[in-house]
Amino acid sequence: MPNHHQQTVPPRLAVSISGSGGTGAVTVGLILLDAVAKAGFYGNMTRAFGPQIRGGESAVMLHFSDQPIETLAEFSQLHLALDWVKFDRFEDEIPLTADSLVIYENSREKPPGLVENSGATLLGVDLQAIVKTIKGSRINMVALGIVAQQIGLARHFIEAALQKTLGRKGSEVVETSMAAVDAGMALLTDTPLSGLANWQPTHQPRWNMSGNEACGLGTLRGGLKFAAAYPITPATDIVEYLARPLVQMGGNLLIAEDELAAMNMVIGASFGGAPSMTATSGPGLSLMIEAMGLAVAAEIPALVITVMRGGPSTGIPTKSEQSDLNQALYALHGDAPHLVIAPLNIQESVNISQWALALSEALQTLVILVTDQHLGQTRMIMDPVDKLPLTLSRLQPKADPTADTAVHYQRYQITDSGISPMSLPGMGSYQYAAEGLTHTESGLPSSRVQDHAQHLHKRSHKILQFDYGELWAQRLPMANAQHTVITWGSSFEAVKEAVKLLNHRGAAISLIGLRLIMPLQAEALAALTQHQKVLVIEQNDSAQLSHYLLAEKAIPLDSEAYAKPGPLLFKPSDLIRPIQTWMEDRT
Amino acid sequence: MSVEKIPVKKARPNDYTSEHHPVWCPGCGHFFILRALTKALAWLNLDKENIGLVSGIGCSSRLPAYLDVYGFHGVHGRALALASGLKLARPDLTVIAAGGDGDGYSIGGNHFIHACRRNMDITYIVMDNEVYGMTKGQPSPTSAPDWHSKLAPKGTGLARFNPMGIALASGASFIARGFSGDPNGLTKILTEAIEHKGFSLVEIKSPCVTFRPEQKDWHHAMRLMNVTLTANPMEAAQAIYGSDGFDTGIFFQADMPVYEAEAANEKPHSDSASMESIEKALLV
Repeated sequence: MPNHHQQTVPPRLAVSISGSGGTGAVTVGLILLDAVAKAGFYGNMTRAFGPQIRGGESAVMLHFSDQPIETLAEFSQLHLALDWVKFDRFEDEIPLTADSLVIYENSREKPPGLVENSGATLLGVDLQAIVKTIKGSRINMVALGIVAQQIGLARHFIEAALQKTLGRKGSEVVETSMAAVDAGMALLTDTPLSGLANWQPTHQPRWNMSGNEACGLGTLRGGLKFAAAYPITPATDIVEYLARPLVQMGGNLLIAEDELAAMNMVIGASFGGAPSMTATSGPGLSLMIEAMGLAVAAEIPALVITVMRGGPSTGIPTKSEQSDLNQALYALHGDAPHLVIAPLNIQESVNISQWALALSEALQTLVILVTDQHLGQTRMIMDPVDKLPLTLSRLQPKADPTADTAVHYQRYQITDSGISPMSLPGMGSYQYAAEGLTHTESGLPSSRVQDHAQHLHKRSHKILQFDYGELWAQRLPMANAQHTVITWGSSFEAVKEAVKLLNHRGAAISLIGLRLIMPLQAEALAALTQHQKVLVIEQNDSAQLSHYLLAEKAIPLDSEAYAKPGPLLFKPSDLIRPIQTWMEDRT
Repeated sequence: MSVEKIPVKKARPNDYTSEHHPVWCPGCGHFFILRALTKALAWLNLDKENIGLVSGIGCSSRLPAYLDVYGFHGVHGRALALASGLKLARPDLTVIAAGGDGDGYSIGGNHFIHACRRNMDITYIVMDNEVYGMTKGQPSPTSAPDWHSKLAPKGTGLARFNPMGIALASGASFIARGFSGDPNGLTKILTEAIEHKGFSLVEIKSPCVTFRPEQKDWHHAMRLMNVTLTANPMEAAQAIYGSDGFDTGIFFQADMPVYEAEAANEKPHSDSASMESIEKALLV
């Protein structure tokens, strides 16, 4: 790893673009992100949409840096408005201050009051007049040129990115677009922003990938052979991404009629021997719950990726929240031990989803991988991720049974580890019936006290006895710290940056990011926090993680929570004061 | 390449039964369906380990434990979804789903429609006794509107669900009605259904002697194997809608597109070569 990764706060350039339907704001964002990556830098891009299915107003927020960056800026340094239609919808996502520069198309509308009142420097340009001089061109390409000029992005990187995005439409389209880009670049030569020119570019390979795609890639690396899903925002991108590569890898994708079907299809395919998964979000997860209990009881490996959105009910489908932790932990009826795992950022979604699938196979049970809209749908330029060297797999009986073992094959045999060899259809002499009723070791339904207790214990034991290694949490310990902050999921990167900044200023705060949430490594966590003042930071209204950790006695009783509902992701700047206030109260 | 002829061991029905005795009531029609199914499997001489038998919840859904094949006793109403996942992942298996009228036509109704529509190569056996037996006698979607029960003392007043009509409209390519009291006819239907390439609905009238004792009269009412097979959906619709529910036989069988695993024929490269190209596509 290059040492620039160690910097306290990454240098950052925050750019946003907005426009009504058809203006192409998102296209500009995608091309910019790719072009800046081609120039040797890093970045991330989040999106915001109006409620329209197609053609509504949309906005993109881009953050560029000379190192991998997953956090959001306090304010937008450069905003480009292709028009002002319903811009107020994006007031929260695109914070403008007196330090912002706003460039806007001025032939139609004046900036709305909220923009004028922000104190930002406003600069109107007549983009419509420019496109009239270039036949077939569009204002978003002129805007692309303006932004490139403002941030110091060289022309040929734009051209290369355009070629990649628009090349299939023919060379004329690319040429026309570049003419508009050139016009944009020539328009405003005064560039007050300190741009890319100050940073050292890298020539190392990098990936352009969303967190949802990262989950898809991780499961493919884990040997995924089957996926079934019903469309739901913001999880569908995972299966859309998988559609082609899964078939390339010899697997299959089934579009389910609903989430109840999707979960049962996963169980059926996995029973047949295919490492299997589905992807959904809160409302869909609600429909899968019954069959998820079947995967637990019948001991069928199954991975469910849930990409959280604002809840409850339909909530805010397009925006992020960490409010489905309780659902993932507690929604199943009966004593149904399973795994709940969450990646801490977009990049590690690759490895953590590979790990999650492998664990479902090794432990023959349900694994819920919890991400959220921000982690899933933010696109990021990242260093390529090496495949995890995992050797986990499904335990199977000997391929060549002796007459003795075959006659007495017990699918749910009680073993020391709690894991029983699982035969697959096609293996002669190992036939059995997978069973959702309480059953005996051979799988026969039973309602006897002893069978019930024995198999409840077997299933919790196999999960508790397993050695999960170091991946259960990411720890950033600080010498002599008396304060520890604990967080999870998409809050992690912002918390990490805030904690680093405070430590840099002289505080001593340790940070723990939890990945394996169930089974909780309660003893390990308790050992780390027993003499600490603990603050749990999470993005929901009811402090779900904090309550869980307290109930499991994994953190001291006087621990506190900083829990704020979504749908806006925490920015590091949002967290400095709450952490400081907590430390002042808790010294 | 020379193919060595190996003498095939002819299977017997009892080869397919497990050691477990069914929980069904004495006289239950399901016993005869179990027998007819094992006879059909033996007739087809299928390897036990290559059969996947999937069910939901209910009296009839207990079936998998009674056969010595790979079975799955899942959750209520979802047998067809589970079977679809199994069939797509394991196209080499003979996949059979089984259950009752409540399981398949009420709680599992949506899956029934879409399983017909996909027309995957699955045989679906519905043991229809027009009642929820396991929960002790509530009206099901196929109960007559005037059937009195605790839950509906005056009858439901609702028209019966027409499973074969729904199957035809939804795209199933094999539709038959059998009767548990006609072992020979039923064995023939099940054999044809399993052999048929595509989704096969075998709707079997199976008396519930406990909660619907009047169904014992079905022995007199059922017309055995009197239906004329057609591949024409218009003719099939006429036969299905024209039947009073007591005609048996194969109403419809047609050669229709089957939803199948595509992976097998689209894998020109090794896993590592495929993975390399998948990761290459992510590069800036």
